[in-house]
Amino acid sequence: MVAAIETTVLNCWFGSLQVLKDVDILVERNEIFGIIGPANSGKTTFLRAINRLNALVPSYRQTGLIQLAGRDIEEIEDTVLRRRVGIIFALPQVLPISIFDNVAYGPRMHGIANRSTLEQIVEQSLRRAHLWDEVKDRLHSPALRLSGGQQQRLCIARTLAVEPEVILYDEPCSGLDPISTAKVEETMQQLKERYTQVLVTNNTKQAARVCDRCAFFLMGQVIEVAQTSVLFTNPADQRTNDYITGRFG
Amino acid sequence: MRRAITERIIETCIRLSGLVVILFVVLVFLFLLKDAVLLFGHYPLGQFLLGTKWLPISEPPSFGIIPLLIGSLYVTAGAIVLCVPVGVISAMFIAEVAPGPLKGILKSLVEILASIPSVVLGFIGLVWLGPFLKDLLGLRTGQCGLTGSLLLAFMALPTIISISEDALASVPKAFKEAAYGLGATRWQTLWRICLPAASSGIIAAVMLGIGRVIGETMVVMMVTGNSPVIPRSITQALRTLTATIASEMGEAVSGSEHYYALFAVGLVLFISTFLINLVADAFLRRARQ
Repeated sequence: MVAAIETTVLNCWFGSLQVLKDVDILVERNEIFGIIGPANSGKTTFLRAINRLNALVPSYRQTGLIQLAGRDIEEIEDTVLRRRVGIIFALPQVLPISIFDNVAYGPRMHGIANRSTLEQIVEQSLRRAHLWDEVKDRLHSPALRLSGGQQQRLCIARTLAVEPEVILYDEPCSGLDPISTAKVEETMQQLKERYTQVLVTNNTKQAARVCDRCAFFLMGQVIEVAQTSVLFTNPADQRTNDYITGRFG
Repeated sequence: MRRAITERIIETCIRLSGLVVILFVVLVFLFLLKDAVLLFGHYPLGQFLLGTKWLPISEPPSFGIIPLLIGSLYVTAGAIVLCVPVGVISAMFIAEVAPGPLKGILKSLVEILASIPSVVLGFIGLVWLGPFLKDLLGLRTGQCGLTGSLLLAFMALPTIISISEDALASVPKAFKEAAYGLGATRWQTLWRICLPAASSGIIAAVMLGIGRVIGETMVVMMVTGNSPVIPRSITQALRTLTATIASEMGEAVSGSEHYYALFAVGLVLFISTFLINLVADAFLRRARQ
């Protein structure tokens, strides 16, 4: 089976600063792949390389190969790539419009105008993001009235609405309380059936709870990739051990 | 204790400054009203507002404000049609499209544009733009509403560009990234995210631009031909409310009907800008909700 994402000797720079060094990562289909590591270790840069959001920064340069389902992403147009690879940011990026319009935003942008099709997409996306029951009676009220956790799940629904293959999470729970965090994590587990997910998190406990496999990044390099249970109990590298036991980072 | 007194003094100063502004507006209004009302003792209000002839020194004089209102309307509408799209699109270009160094250069050029005195623009209109338009469009005279509109558009541009640009630049980066993340193109992001998010700022910019256009006197007096008759098109000579006051105040005898009529014109101008601001304010409040 072809890997969902595969990077080969990926190097990234912002200006003269090298942020990623020779990163080889392989993400299997339908797994939740965790990326942990201290600040400035290149986790977010790695994530944003996959859907080419880094390229919005003028000083960004990159070498190496990134493949999405076996195909070099350089051959894929920006807009298509970013539909196939959705991203959830640390702070919920809810647009100041209604709940319905937030979810329908992407499909509308890609040319779907039929009301009943949109309604169908919105319902299905909200159901998959585990938000439907909480908001079904107030789809047309402003999305900004939702709580932080609901907003984050709304963002997940919005991403699902454009039918991605891969969902990237950039510290999705860093601004959420424990209960909201649990709901987002539960949603991620449910989404495993259909989607490949990559989770960048500063919270090692969260990685241990949610991820199938994890990579430990340090100073732009991949130190270790292993099954989550192995990485957190019996890491091969001393530096990994130091990080997960809280000795630095 | 001393701190409390200092607090009190500062608070009073701030409150006074706020009150002074309100006081000025009210005083200007009362001042205009006081002299304008004296006209209507001699001359009926209906004839002033609906009269189609402005002949202040004929015998008997006629103070119909319609030609001036229509003159102002033509020039202002022409300027708005020209400057709003150009201004907003320029702002979009500077805020979102132009690469770094070009952005800096453009921003300072816009600021320089704002500092050109209006009399200089009027001069350019008189000796160059007017004759140019006359030849280009085959007009009878280059001193017409269109020349005024073009120059006024030029004057309003810096206001519209710099305020719209600020509004666009302050759209959170996260909104844009969210849109890009959903597969939006640059244009879709600009059009559907940045523009709506900045809309209240852009409307404010446009309204300030319009305010500048309506109140401008020097340029229109110099280039629009100064003829207080109802224009049939924007390419004819006309005269605005502002230019009428400026050009006739010197010759009107203090205390005469003519003198009071000019105050009444000023009052009309004051009320119309006030109404525009009110509408703008309503728009802004709605955009904020």
